[in-house]
Amino acid sequence: MPKRIIIDPVTRIEGHAKISIFLDDEGNVSDAEFHVVEFRGFEKFCEDRPYAEMPGITARICGICPVSHLLASAKAGDAIMAVNIPPAADKLRRLMNLGQIIQSHALSFFHLSAPDFLMGWNTPPAKRNVFGLIASNADLARAGIRLRQFGQEIIETLGGKKIHPSWAVPGGVRSPLTEAGREKLRAWLPEAYATSKIAFDLFKKTLDTHKKEVQIFGNFPSLFMGLVEPDGTWEHHGGKLRFVDSSGSTIADQLDPQKYYEYIGEAVQPSSYLKSPYYTPLGFPDGMYRVGPLARLNVAEQMGTPKADAELKKFKKLGLPGAVTSSFLYHHARLIEILASIERVEISLDDPDLLSNDLRADAGINSLRGVGVSEAPRGTLFHDYTVDRDGLLRKVNLIVATGQNNLAMNRTVAQIARHYVRGNDIPEPMLNRIEHGIRCYDPCLSCSTHAVGQMALVVRLIAPDGAIVRQISRI
Amino acid sequence: MAAKTLIINGKHVSAEENATILEAATEAGISIPTLCHLDGVYDAGACRLCLVEVAGISKLLPACTTKVAEGMDVSTDTERLRKYRRMTLELLFAERNHVCAVCVSNNHCELQTLAYSQGMEHVRFEYRFPKWEVDNTHALFGMDHNRCILCTRCVRVCWHIEGAGTKNESGRGAKERIITDLNQPWGASDTCTNCGKCVMACPTGALFYKGSTVSEMERDRSKLEFIVTAREKKQWIASE
Repeated sequence: MPKRIIIDPVTRIEGHAKISIFLDDEGNVSDAEFHVVEFRGFEKFCEDRPYAEMPGITARICGICPVSHLLASAKAGDAIMAVNIPPAADKLRRLMNLGQIIQSHALSFFHLSAPDFLMGWNTPPAKRNVFGLIASNADLARAGIRLRQFGQEIIETLGGKKIHPSWAVPGGVRSPLTEAGREKLRAWLPEAYATSKIAFDLFKKTLDTHKKEVQIFGNFPSLFMGLVEPDGTWEHHGGKLRFVDSSGSTIADQLDPQKYYEYIGEAVQPSSYLKSPYYTPLGFPDGMYRVGPLARLNVAEQMGTPKADAELKKFKKLGLPGAVTSSFLYHHARLIEILASIERVEISLDDPDLLSNDLRADAGINSLRGVGVSEAPRGTLFHDYTVDRDGLLRKVNLIVATGQNNLAMNRTVAQIARHYVRGNDIPEPMLNRIEHGIRCYDPCLSCSTHAVGQMALVVRLIAPDGAIVRQISRI
Repeated sequence: MAAKTLIINGKHVSAEENATILEAATEAGISIPTLCHLDGVYDAGACRLCLVEVAGISKLLPACTTKVAEGMDVSTDTERLRKYRRMTLELLFAERNHVCAVCVSNNHCELQTLAYSQGMEHVRFEYRFPKWEVDNTHALFGMDHNRCILCTRCVRVCWHIEGAGTKNESGRGAKERIITDLNQPWGASDTCTNCGKCVMACPTGALFYKGSTVSEMERDRSKLEFIVTAREKKQWIASE
C-alpha cells in the first residue's frame, strides 16, 4: 500500500515548511516534496504604496536578511528615478551587503548547520543545536556567534540598527560612515579572520568524514546563476548575470539583470506557496537552476581578493572536471564568501569616500518600471516595481533566492530520502539528514528565526485513504 | 483684563479671563495630552484627548475649547480620564491603517508618542482595515488617508495662517475625509500655494514630503507659531 511520510515542521531553518515523502507498495521512496506552508502576500499589499516607502516595507519580509531586501528595493527605486547614485552611496551599500553576507552565513554555518556535522547525525535532537554546541565546544560556538556579531555591527554602524534599518533609499543612502565607526569595524578584522580560519579547518575535516553526504546531499546536474563582474570576478551587488551548467561551461553571460523577465520564468505548483523560477530557454523543469553561495562560486572565475582566491582554487577542484554540483558544499562556499567579504570590508574601510556626505541623488518619476537586483546571502534577489506617474506601486514582483532554489531543494530531499528510507522503519537521525538537505540551502522562508531545533517534529505515515498508519513524535 | 482664579488638580491657578482650561494649565506647568491642538491656530475640539473633569458637571469637557471660570475645580489626571484617553487612542488606531514600523513618521509621530505616554499597550477593538487611497498627485507633497486621524490641523493652518482654503473636510463619521478644493486631486488644485504648512502641522504620517522614506518625516511646527506671532503681535521672534 503506498504511504506518505510528512516531516512537519522542518526545524533549524528560517521559516515554516514541511516535507512529504511518498512510499510505494514495497516501502521504497517514490518521490519527495518540500512545501513552504506560509503565505505572506507582500506583493499584493505593497500595491498603492509610494515607491520611496518600499525599502522600509520590504525589509520587513525578513529579520535575517532585511538588508538584502532593503538594497534590492532601493536599487529598484534608483531605476524608477533613472539616476546614477553618488559613488559613495554605492560603496556604502556594498559595505552593508558584505556585513549582511558575513552575519547570515555565520548564522547558517555555526548556529543552524554545524551542530549536525560537528556533533554527528546520531546526537539526540535536544542537544543537536547551538546550545549543544556551546556545551561541547564553547570556544567554537562563541567564535561563530561573534563572527555573526561582526556582520551585524557593520549593518548597525551604517544603518543605525541591526535589524530593519531604513538607511538605503531610492537615490542613495541616508548617512555616511563616521571615523569612529570605521575604527570600530577595523578593530574586528583580526578576530574575524581567525574565526574564518577555524571554520575552514573544521570543514576540511568534515569533508574527509562526510564523503557520503557530499555524494548524496543534493548532488545532481543543474544550472547555476549569479552576478559576476565583466571579467568573471565574484560580484554581490552590481555586475551582470551569468549562467553555467554542471559541466562548468558558461551558457549565458553578461545578461542584463534588469531584464530578467526575458530569460527567467516562474512556474506555480499546487503543493507550495513558493513559485519555481526556471531559465526559460531550457523550459520547465529542465531550466532548473541553483543560486546562492554554491552557484556564485560556480559562475565566478575568481573572488578578487588573495585569501579567498586561494580557497576558491581548492573549492573548484572538488567539482572537476565540471562545476561543483553537491549541495552539501553550499557550506564550503559559504565559508569562502565569508572570507572574501572580510577581505573586501578591510579594503573598503580604507576608502575615504565612505565618509562623504554626497550620498543621495534627487529626481522624480522618470521610468514607470524599475528592477533592482542584488546578491542576498542565499542567492540573487530581484525586486521589480511598476509605478504610476505619481510614484504609487501598481505591480510588485519579488523573486527571492529560496524560490529559485525550490526545485533543487525538492530534488535534494528526494535524493536523500531514496538513500535512507526503507519502509516503516524511520530512525530519527535519518529524518534529520533529510532536513539537513534543506538546511544546505539555508532557506529563508520568512522573517522568523527558528534558530533552535527544539520544535516538535511529527512524522506521519499516511495510507492512501488518509488513515495514519504510524506516527513518530520528536518533542 | 480681569483674571480668573480656578483650581487645577488641587492647585490654585490664575488665568486670563478668556483663557481656555488648556491655556491655564499649560501656563501653570500642568500638562494635558492633546492631539488636534496646535499652537498658532484656533482649536476644534476634534480629538477628545484633552477631556478633563470639572466639579459639578457630570460630562467631560475638552480643555482646549472650554473657557476658564471663577472658582472652577478641574481635574486633568484621574483614573476615569486615563481610561477614556487610552480608549480614544485605541479607537484612533483601529479606525484606519496605522503601521508605525514602516511609516514615514515613525519615531516622530504625535499619535505614536501619545500612545506610549498614555500606556496604550494594545488595541482592544477590532481593526477596521479600511481601503483608503494615497494622493501623490502634488509635485511636492503626498497625502495618505490611511494615516489621517481627522484632527483638521491641516485645514485650520490652510484657512487661518495661509488663507488659501485649499484643505477641507468632506463626509461624516467613518466616511469623513480631508479633501483639496472641491474634492479634486491635490495636484489639480487651483488654490494650493505649495506653502507646505499643512505638512508641517500634521501630527502623524498622513501628510508628507514626497519621496520620504521610513522614519524620515520630521516637522518644524515652530514656523507656524512664528508666522502667527509676527502677524498678530508684530513680533518676529524665531525660536532657537
